[in-house]
Amino acid sequence: MRFFNFHLMPYAHADLDEIGRLGSAWVTYPNSHYDPEKGAELYHDYLDQMEFADQLGFDGVCLNEHHQTAYGLMPIPGVIAGALARGVKRAKIAILGRALPLTNNPLNVAEEYAMLDNLTRGRLIAGFVRGIGAEYHSSGVNPAASQERFAEAHDLIVRAWTKPGPFAFAGKHYQFRYVNPWPRPYQSPHPPIWIPSQGSSSTIRWAARMRYTYCQTLSPIAAVARFFQLYRDEAEKAGYEATPDQLAWSNTIYVGETDKKALREARPHLEALVNYFLKMPMQMLLPPGYTDVASMKRVRAVKVTGKTQSIEELMAAGVVIVGGPETVRQKLAEYQDLAGFNTSLTKTQFGTLPNEMARANMTAIAEEIIPRLRDRAPQRAPKQAAE
Amino acid sequence: MAAEFSTSVVAVRDCRIRLMRGGAGDPLIYLHGASGAAWLPFLQKLASKYEVIAPEHPGFGESDTPDWLDTIHDLAYFYLDLFAALKLDRINLVGNSLGGFIATEIAVRSTQRLASLTLCDAAGLFVDGAVAEIDPFLVSDEARLRAFFYDPKRAEAMIARVLDPKHEETALKNQATVAKLVWQPRSHDPHLAKWLHRIDVPTLLVWGDHDRLFPLQHAQAFAKAIPGAKLVVIPKCGHVPQIEKPEEFVAALDDFLAARKKAA
Repeated sequence: MRFFNFHLMPYAHADLDEIGRLGSAWVTYPNSHYDPEKGAELYHDYLDQMEFADQLGFDGVCLNEHHQTAYGLMPIPGVIAGALARGVKRAKIAILGRALPLTNNPLNVAEEYAMLDNLTRGRLIAGFVRGIGAEYHSSGVNPAASQERFAEAHDLIVRAWTKPGPFAFAGKHYQFRYVNPWPRPYQSPHPPIWIPSQGSSSTIRWAARMRYTYCQTLSPIAAVARFFQLYRDEAEKAGYEATPDQLAWSNTIYVGETDKKALREARPHLEALVNYFLKMPMQMLLPPGYTDVASMKRVRAVKVTGKTQSIEELMAAGVVIVGGPETVRQKLAEYQDLAGFNTSLTKTQFGTLPNEMARANMTAIAEEIIPRLRDRAPQRAPKQAAE
Repeated sequence: MAAEFSTSVVAVRDCRIRLMRGGAGDPLIYLHGASGAAWLPFLQKLASKYEVIAPEHPGFGESDTPDWLDTIHDLAYFYLDLFAALKLDRINLVGNSLGGFIATEIAVRSTQRLASLTLCDAAGLFVDGAVAEIDPFLVSDEARLRAFFYDPKRAEAMIARVLDPKHEETALKNQATVAKLVWQPRSHDPHLAKWLHRIDVPTLLVWGDHDRLFPLQHAQAFAKAIPGAKLVVIPKCGHVPQIEKPEEFVAALDDFLAARKKAA
């Protein structure tokens, strides 16, 4: 199994009571609550954590893009990736990902990723996402055009990387007389493309057909297993067998000395993540047109956004793994067999977790978990496991 | 109720839409707002004097969602095609909110088939300092509908009709189309104001004095830009006068259309 250190870079000093009162840390949580002194300190702590991950032997570090929120301070993830390109000497740098429909010039993404790929001499992983619903409120981009813009921007970027320029491009949403970006990517034909999603079946099918690595975000492990099975089935239909390397599970892991200590230490910070930083009303999560009516109905029926979840519930559902080293190893191996993935995208810092605790967690994962599971592959036939 | 209006399906090129019709007299076309099409009491009242034609816009309810539907302009051209296909002339065109936006986009393109234009709490313009008090896309469905009314207690019937769980799919389909049309730029067309002077038919603006989405300054901006436009403000009324104050709304429209006919 490969291990990536996934950072959201939350504004850990957020006023949780105020977020609770407003109903969300996104879009309308006033930026007057951001203190630049504290924020700058956090940026440097978090950058140091990413370099530490590299030193500890994580296979990669992951960044992502979110806007107008205390949930994550990376509206322009390329800035963070640029700051890490020379300090992270060995590990891959994965941006999971740039939200393509939100940009009015997808060539900027082609350029940014190509620059980072050169700076890291080919250690960039290029993630593409649509952005979550809240982003359509904060960017103003029409959610009803999201899927079209994603598809068109993706096609344009890949063509810009692979077809010698200059050439012209005339799409419905983007038009260019000259497509000829400098620099070209370092990797040939282009950096690996990873597709994170909340589990949209159309996205999973498309990623499988394109042979892109699929990353499942924050979900109960039983759902993760179903989504990964859909990917493998779709790969089979496309005439190839998907490998576990094409499947990445995005999780949160906290390793303490004992199960009991781990639970006690992680609780407030993990519960802050799910019950405050992640919380948003349905209208914010699912703006009209963001997805088709059938999916919309399904998500609304589950009412996912309203529930308060305890750490015990998150652990029982297999959304997170918290415990002493042996428990964490067992759970991770069990989940690997159940869902058939070979990449763990692990949040080692989460919510309000302070710097020292995050670093201790990273160290424990690097010493107690990674060496024992690095050479491990899914044990049972995943198809059987998912049934 | 069934005898009060008839429903048919009409096709213009490849797009089929639902059309409700009732009454007899000069043709009056009513373009509905974001909450969808329904044969409401004010239409029935109007049907006693006019031939009322109430289409359900493409992308709404039982009407098709054609591939070509991307912007408010697409709907304006669609309706010009529809008027021609139905051979309708001397139309009294009436629209509320989103429907008023569409009606304005139609009128700046061509008034050839119009006798008059009535905009009721219409979207379409950006007015500095008169931004909506609520974001209809960010509040709950119920809060959105309540905000339409001066007296939120009067919202019950509309809430029951629009948010009936049996019609959830229709509501979601309608909302997706609304997003397509007005999410960005939010509820306005930055190029519309430039061409309002082209509207050369008698124009009535009917506005609730407490519209929390498109406050009265929007009516004043339309009034200033459309030559000869007349403004009637309905007191203690929100965004949907035709529903909240149907008698006053119908009276204002009647007076306007009668005076116009007399003058003609």
